[in-house]
Amino acid sequence: MKPFVFKIGGQAGFGIASTGLTMDKIATRSGYYVFDYLEYPSIIRGGHNVVETIISDEPVLSPFQHTDFLIAFGQETIDRHYKELRPGSALMVDSDGKFDLEKISSRINIYKIPLNSIAREVGGSMLMRDMVALGAVLFFLEGSLTILFDLIEQEFKRKGDEVVKKNQAVAQHGFDYAAKHYVDKQRVVLTPCINPDRQIVITGNEAIALGAVAAGMQFASIYPMTPTSNILHVLAPLQEQYGFIYKQPEDEISAINMAIGAGFAGARSMVATAGGGFCLMAEGYSLAGMTETPVVIIEGMRGAPSTGLPTWTEQGDLRFMLHAGQGDFPRIVIAPGDAEEAFHVTMQAFNLAEKYQTPVVVLVDKHICESHQSFLPFTTGSYKINRGKFVTKKQNGYERYALSADGISPRSMVGVGNHIVANSDEHSTDGFTSEEIKDRDEQMEKRMQKMATCEKEDLLEPKLYGPKDAKLTIVGWGSSKGAILEAMKDLPHVNFLHCTWLSPFPATAIKKVLQKSKKILNIELNFTGQLGGLIQEKTGIALPHQLLKYNGRPLFPEEVILAAKKLL
Amino acid sequence: MKHADELTTKNTCTWCTGCGNFGIWTAFREAAVQQKWDDNNTAIVAGIGCHGHIINFLQMTAFEGLHGRAIPVASGVKMVNNRLNVFVFTGDGDCLSEGGNHFIHAARRNQNITVILHDNAVYGLTTGQTSPRSPKGYKSKSTPFGNIEEPLHPLRLALSAGATFLARAYAGDIEHVTELMIAANNHPGFAVIQILQPCVTFNREYTHDFFQENIYRLDDQYDATNQEAAYAKTLEWGIKKIPTGILYQVRKPTYEEQIPQIATKPLVNGELKKRDISRLLSTYI
Repeated sequence: MKPFVFKIGGQAGFGIASTGLTMDKIATRSGYYVFDYLEYPSIIRGGHNVVETIISDEPVLSPFQHTDFLIAFGQETIDRHYKELRPGSALMVDSDGKFDLEKISSRINIYKIPLNSIAREVGGSMLMRDMVALGAVLFFLEGSLTILFDLIEQEFKRKGDEVVKKNQAVAQHGFDYAAKHYVDKQRVVLTPCINPDRQIVITGNEAIALGAVAAGMQFASIYPMTPTSNILHVLAPLQEQYGFIYKQPEDEISAINMAIGAGFAGARSMVATAGGGFCLMAEGYSLAGMTETPVVIIEGMRGAPSTGLPTWTEQGDLRFMLHAGQGDFPRIVIAPGDAEEAFHVTMQAFNLAEKYQTPVVVLVDKHICESHQSFLPFTTGSYKINRGKFVTKKQNGYERYALSADGISPRSMVGVGNHIVANSDEHSTDGFTSEEIKDRDEQMEKRMQKMATCEKEDLLEPKLYGPKDAKLTIVGWGSSKGAILEAMKDLPHVNFLHCTWLSPFPATAIKKVLQKSKKILNIELNFTGQLGGLIQEKTGIALPHQLLKYNGRPLFPEEVILAAKKLL
Repeated sequence: MKHADELTTKNTCTWCTGCGNFGIWTAFREAAVQQKWDDNNTAIVAGIGCHGHIINFLQMTAFEGLHGRAIPVASGVKMVNNRLNVFVFTGDGDCLSEGGNHFIHAARRNQNITVILHDNAVYGLTTGQTSPRSPKGYKSKSTPFGNIEEPLHPLRLALSAGATFLARAYAGDIEHVTELMIAANNHPGFAVIQILQPCVTFNREYTHDFFQENIYRLDDQYDATNQEAAYAKTLEWGIKKIPTGILYQVRKPTYEEQIPQIATKPLVNGELKKRDISRLLSTYI
């Protein structure tokens, strides 16, 4: 089955996003795989929201440019999206509303359902019109009302039986209306099938939050900012039960300094923000590097510069994360490619931060943070907490910055009798301020040795997807992985190098792949090709063919195919 | 019992002769000896400025952070280990200019930390520019024609923001500073001690003589629990009318007391364990 693209759009504030999630879960509970992608403006009411659920009988990794089934609650949805409809696609509108359908091709199926009147008459509120629409959709796509009813019960149980019953009734009416008026228009999309795997549907933000909980995180200070606010929304209600503290600070400067204080005192700590918030954290980033305090930093990129495109995606902060903060200090930067990778990288980041006593950045973007994808439930079986050289008892002659071959000094819990001096000024081994040449050289070299140690002991090589020998090698990082892998289903002679570790940088491994490549296409969601530049800097290999996109929309497989075919 | 000298490090003290920091340093060591503050129970956090060098001269676990950012670091320490006595050493530029936002919000939260505000009304370490505490008309490298801004009053600011312990002392009165440091640390909640200290090198107005002549002690008749009276006291400043002592003290729940996760023991106590999230994951099915 080709991925089936279902899209629902309407005014912001009418639960478009939650309708998308319901659709996701209908699909996964029916045995299918999903990816969903939400577009919304940076306002709460009145703008246009659209959510796309892509359904397939094999794992689906990306949104597409076309639409197979579009539900339009208003004319704006049609005006913005009708061009995505292809012959045989469907458009559902509210027969109670006024729609200009003149530009819709006759080869598109138009389904008119009285969404508002069913919602009002059967449910008593027009807010239930999305449930009417979902009921009707289940008829057209051969989906199961039972599954929808279960989801309704779960969702509305706490609001009482009546709300559950009303929602179920409007869905039933939507289904029945469609069955009565469009009896021959059914197609196999959501037909329940047997898939033994019970999948979860999860966003990158949720995966990161759960990864942090699993990894034993004890303190998170997060100032709200799109696209990472949902991390705090997941964490805040869990803190009492799981025994950690979530703190909303007054600003991002405070966020990172609180997390550093917590890390200094012996806790696993984290912050999460977007590029703009990280600008405020840059000095703290350097402080963590200098004082050798572990902290995990989640950075969710959105369209920039400045406030930019607050609710859209971009990969414009790679260079920023590699160089932010004054001076040279060990920066570990890892960019996962989807929610599952984000989960595992987050867990690993806590180990790396403590092992190397330095800030570790998990670099994601809005597309990973806020898109849902179906996965098998994540496993944590192989994960072991590694706190590195962490001292919890009094040690004679303890020195916070003692020299060592691997660059890592003993870090002590505060309050166990060791005299600890953590110092943002350059210091000697005991932590006291020193500007002596010997101390400066030793401490700078000690700190930077940690990068060499990390490169040797922990750095992972980038993953090469597809055939070893290919006519074209695509290079990319972060969330573009999904669209590139989807595109490769139509590109048999293409392979793909997905770079996740950005600092330290696996230059040798990348060079080994790229120097054998016949042609290379670098794909990034930024204006300047930041990864391409980094690769050239580290390997000497130039990447003249680039697909660069910076309009805030995620990469689509169709765009990858087009760009690749030009080079094949 | 330890002697104050044992809390002195091997490092050569780098403050100017006559600097008010000597008094604060001496008073803290004295208070630490009396109260048994040491590496088993205490952490200090300093900002950047002349005051921040204190971490080099005190044998006490310390974190020297960034200019203006000592308070959030201390808040982080206290939240994950509420068993510790947490002291912030900060200056008037550090705390009120660069770090003003943190000062207000930590006060608002009533975090149980003690802020020792070294107030010399000038930027010393950067060689003598006007600070938010410099008087109007003050001439300095940054205000050669006289400061046209009004000074900020930190105790009034902290009172408005929600601090529950406000005190003032003159750095030269070591006994008084010692007493107030102990009282501030014993107070559950956000405690600020504004310590008036001369900068003998750069501040020609706020000298030892100036403070000695113009401060007075609040007497027993003064009711420190009366917020309005405290506000009135924070308005007093000038010739013969600079009140010192505890201006305000009320008991309100501290931030940390309201976090159930740390009600029985600090977060950092015990072995860190991987958490089972299978039940959480099942909610995403």
